[in-house]
Amino acid sequence: MKKGFRIIVLAKQVPDTRNVGKDAMKADGTVNRAALPAIFNPEDLNALELALRIKDNNPGTTVTLLTMGPGRAAEIVREGLYRGADDGVLLTDRAFAGSDTLATSYALAQTIKVMGEFDLIVSGRQAIDGDTAQVGPQVAEKLKINQITYVEEVLQVDPDFLVVRRRLDNGVETLKAPLPLLLTVNSSAPNCRSRNAKLLMRYKQARTVTERQEAAEDYLYLYDSRPFLNILEITASEIFATPDLLGLSGSPTKVKRIENVVLQAKDAVRLNTNDEGIHDLMKELIESHVIG
Amino acid sequence: MNNLFVYCEVEDGVVADVSLELLTKGRNLANELKCQLEAVVIGSSLDQIEDQISPFGADVIYLFDDPRLAPYTTAPHASILIKLFQQEQPQIVLLGATPIGRDLGPRVSSALHSGLTADCTSLEIGDHEDKKANKVYKDLLYQIRPAFGGNIIAWIINPDCRPQMATVREGVMRKQAIDAKYKAIVHRPIIADYVSETDFAVQIIERHLEKRKLNIKGASIVVSGGYGVGSKENFKLLYDLADVLGAEVGASRAAVDAGYVDHERQIGQTGITVRPKLYIACGISGQVQHRAGMEESAQVIAINTDPEAPINALADYVITGDLAEVIPKMIRYYKENTK
Ligand SMILES: Cc1cc2nc3c(=O)[nH]c(=O)nc-3n(C[C@H](O)[C@H](O)[C@H](O)COP(=O)(O)OP(=O)(O)OC[C@H]3O[C@@H](n4cnc5c(N)ncnc54)[C@H](O)[C@@H]3O)c2cc1C
Ligand SMILES: Cc1cc2nc3c(=O)[nH]c(=O)nc-3n(C[C@H](O)[C@H](O)[C@H](O)COP(=O)(O)OP(=O)(O)OC[C@H]3O[C@@H](n4cnc5c(N)ncnc54)[C@H](O)[C@@H]3O)c2cc1C
Repeated sequence: MKKGFRIIVLAKQVPDTRNVGKDAMKADGTVNRAALPAIFNPEDLNALELALRIKDNNPGTTVTLLTMGPGRAAEIVREGLYRGADDGVLLTDRAFAGSDTLATSYALAQTIKVMGEFDLIVSGRQAIDGDTAQVGPQVAEKLKINQITYVEEVLQVDPDFLVVRRRLDNGVETLKAPLPLLLTVNSSAPNCRSRNAKLLMRYKQARTVTERQEAAEDYLYLYDSRPFLNILEITASEIFATPDLLGLSGSPTKVKRIENVVLQAKDAVRLNTNDEGIHDLMKELIESHVIG
Repeated sequence: MNNLFVYCEVEDGVVADVSLELLTKGRNLANELKCQLEAVVIGSSLDQIEDQISPFGADVIYLFDDPRLAPYTTAPHASILIKLFQQEQPQIVLLGATPIGRDLGPRVSSALHSGLTADCTSLEIGDHEDKKANKVYKDLLYQIRPAFGGNIIAWIINPDCRPQMATVREGVMRKQAIDAKYKAIVHRPIIADYVSETDFAVQIIERHLEKRKLNIKGASIVVSGGYGVGSKENFKLLYDLADVLGAEVGASRAAVDAGYVDHERQIGQTGITVRPKLYIACGISGQVQHRAGMEESAQVIAINTDPEAPINALADYVITGDLAEVIPKMIRYYKENTK
């Protein structure tokens, strides 16, 4: 019998677009993206937790994090290691710049193919910056495997299949699907465990090749004796990709124009809470047939 | 060839509202492009389903009718669309941004290597000039959508790849039949030509779907409460006001998260979109994600203790004060004036 599962978790580094506070707004009323902290996409943490729970209950299971992004996205891999992932891959190259979801999924799928056999891929449902929820299903299609979206919980794990529950707008569905399989995970799934103090100590110095080149000499001896501190960095030339399918040229969708959402004040009638004001308001609304 | 396709969702023999909304929009776009509007329905027991669709101006309807095709699972529906689109070469494909459309759309677009734009709030036809390539594209679909947590609006185009695919949420487009007697050509393709046994590897074991009871979307007045309402008990004030006005009660996400009201009442980017005659925002600050679901309301009353609350920027009437004081007065003077 097979010993454990090989799980790959897809995770994206995103600017924290939630609760864009007053300090992140520029004087013209638009968002100052540079002021937003880079975070682990929230639903990708739910995805990581789902994978870690399978690992907890199935000895021999490994969880590998895969992220595509600029060099600083290595932070996402480290965060995953602190929480219990076994290892991680940073896919990074200028050639990926300007990718839409299709080019992103192509690059991720090609990387997964060079990473070897797997049983399960787990992604977040949606990233909070692009907000499309398209990358998961597209990766599944490129790998020719089945997908289940909006997953909330894995109910049964068998060497050959999973039983999962998905959460929809108006209810829940339980499905049984053969492995290999891709799941996209909802925010209604359990939250991710926090960093583990031991793992934090163990992986604090985990670095990609590029980061090591920039690091202080004193640490370099570490990486020969502790191979687990190497974060695998993969570039476009290593994934057998057709160059035309990467980045901007591999993206059917183009952004023609972007407008920042700016609030323009209407000429509002301002009222205070005295009786007369409210009386007149209700009267006016009734007379103009808005209410009544 | 090169027509506009709408993927129609059916549950229990009824075509989903979002699909009828897309047919309405699709009819207008097809008129502008001088092409046909075609509908695809995939499901089981689809007898007479065409009667629900043709009044919206569909010229052609494809019915893929087989017991194994309902309830929805990804692979068979995807296989059918991929093959059908390879044959028919649509220029545009529209799907609902529902759990089904968002599961199916990306899968199909990936197989066809065509662009897909998620959660469009507006669709328009227009030209595009690529200055670098010195090329002009005529009659592209402008797919307009919020991104970046609602903080920006992007115009997305697919210049070179077809079909141009887009998803749209329920309630974003208007639904309007054009002609009760509109006659569509109905095709019933042979299922086995489109799907294979392996498409049925994923099985549904159990399903619990609740019918939606609320009709906030259809309400002409919405009384909506936010975190500023302060408690579940205080929300009763809003129900009282809604009662006398014949309105529905909505909420911000902060109010839902705080447990004051159920999620099904949430208005905004991750809730429902409403465009009532009157929207009364009580104790709602007016963050972009909330505004996304209500900014097309004809008139807005904002009740907020903060005179600088962002919601005031889109209000027609700004009442600066405590909602616990204001709402009872509104009820009182409404009753007085309608006596
Ligand atoms: C304003 C704007 C609008 C856009 N609109 C569209 C559009 O309509 N259509 C389109 O095709 N593209 C669009 N894009 C491009 C899109 O945002 C990027 O392709 C992005 O890399 C992936 O899409 P997403 O953020 O929506 O991810 P989603 O599809 O929402 O992500 C789902 C999951 O996929 C995984 N994942 C996604 N990206 C990565 C990654 N880099 N590394 C590892 N895992 C990942 C994560 O698990 C994530 O939770 C838009 C971009 C901008 C700036
Ligand atoms: C990806 C994403 C999706 C989201 N989707 C949605 C969505 O669909 N819908 C949504 O609503 N939000 C959504 N949000 C959350 C949104 O950003 C805001 O956090 C939320 O709308 C704030 O709700 P609120 O205005 O009720 O609360 P707050 O911002 O806390 O505002 C409370 C307001 O009440 C006022 N107030 C306090 N006491 C009183 C009183 N006694 N009388 C009168 N006024 C009073 C205050 O002055 C304040 O303006 C989303 C966020 C993200 C990141």
